[in-house]
Amino acid sequence: MMDKLDRQLLNRLQTGIPICEYPFQVIANELSCTEQQVIDKLQKMLDSGLLTRFGPLFDINEFGGAFTLVAMQVPSEDFDKVTAIVNQFPQVAHNYQRQHQFNMWFVIATEKTDEIVDIITQIESLTGLRVYNMPKQEEFYVGLYLPV
Amino acid sequence: MSAYTSQFNLHSSQPLSNSLTPIERKLVVLTQSGLPVIPKPFEWLAEQLQVSLAETLVIIQQLQQRGVIRRIAAVPNHYRLGYRYNGMTVWDVTDSQANLLGKRIAQLPFVSHCYLRPRHLPEWPFNLFAMIHARKQATMENYRSQIRDVLGKAYQSDDVLVSSKILKKTGLRLLP
Repeated sequence: MMDKLDRQLLNRLQTGIPICEYPFQVIANELSCTEQQVIDKLQKMLDSGLLTRFGPLFDINEFGGAFTLVAMQVPSEDFDKVTAIVNQFPQVAHNYQRQHQFNMWFVIATEKTDEIVDIITQIESLTGLRVYNMPKQEEFYVGLYLPV
Repeated sequence: MSAYTSQFNLHSSQPLSNSLTPIERKLVVLTQSGLPVIPKPFEWLAEQLQVSLAETLVIIQQLQQRGVIRRIAAVPNHYRLGYRYNGMTVWDVTDSQANLLGKRIAQLPFVSHCYLRPRHLPEWPFNLFAMIHARKQATMENYRSQIRDVLGKAYQSDDVLVSSKILKKTGLRLLP
């Protein structure tokens, strides 16, 4: 179970750490705990899978790369097989199963723009299924924060 | 059917001058799987980059100012935090009003991501996407009806795609 400090820390760490020599000490001062507590609790949350990662969150579009959301309609009997095919690509950054006829949604992130087409073509050829490309035309807001 | 059916330019707003310098790229490669959880994580990074800590901090700050790094943070598994209803709400709205309405929907406090995307007719009529996260189904439905209210007459139809499983969540991976 999470205690009060776990919750405070989880909320604080989602908003971004300061860029300085001792970032965890700064957060410890804010939350009136010790640097070691911050470090131990963060590591524990990563080990337990409560956190999926800790580090910089990049916007690949800002350095000339490409990023797109794609969807597939995967027959349920082939779902695991198709998941394995799609996930083997290092360019597939996130992949979610969703309850819908379009039941697989993933993000392709590439360093070069034309790589997107290449990956989509490869996935279509390996799975025999159509990949629906839905790149963003406008971004109105991105700011995921899940308070606990 | 071609693999790439969209006519939209993927990087219309990103001039190529935004490409990374060799040391910036090395920084991305070193940190894309995460930072070590130690008292001085940026000193570790400085050692890997073979530059000073001060220089490393400046590079990171510049990358943040350019928007290459959104923030350096912990990413939670939303299911484990009790957010079981992670819904991608999708909306078919009149094209001429989609930009204005996207901006309005993005201001709702419960919307975490909001984008305009191409339709794929006839299977996929939706052009506006808004992600919402809720602990209960009733909350999610309440959020949807609030979005519907904002759309007003421009609204044609909608759907919600609730995620049932994370199949992969590694984030960006540049080749070293």
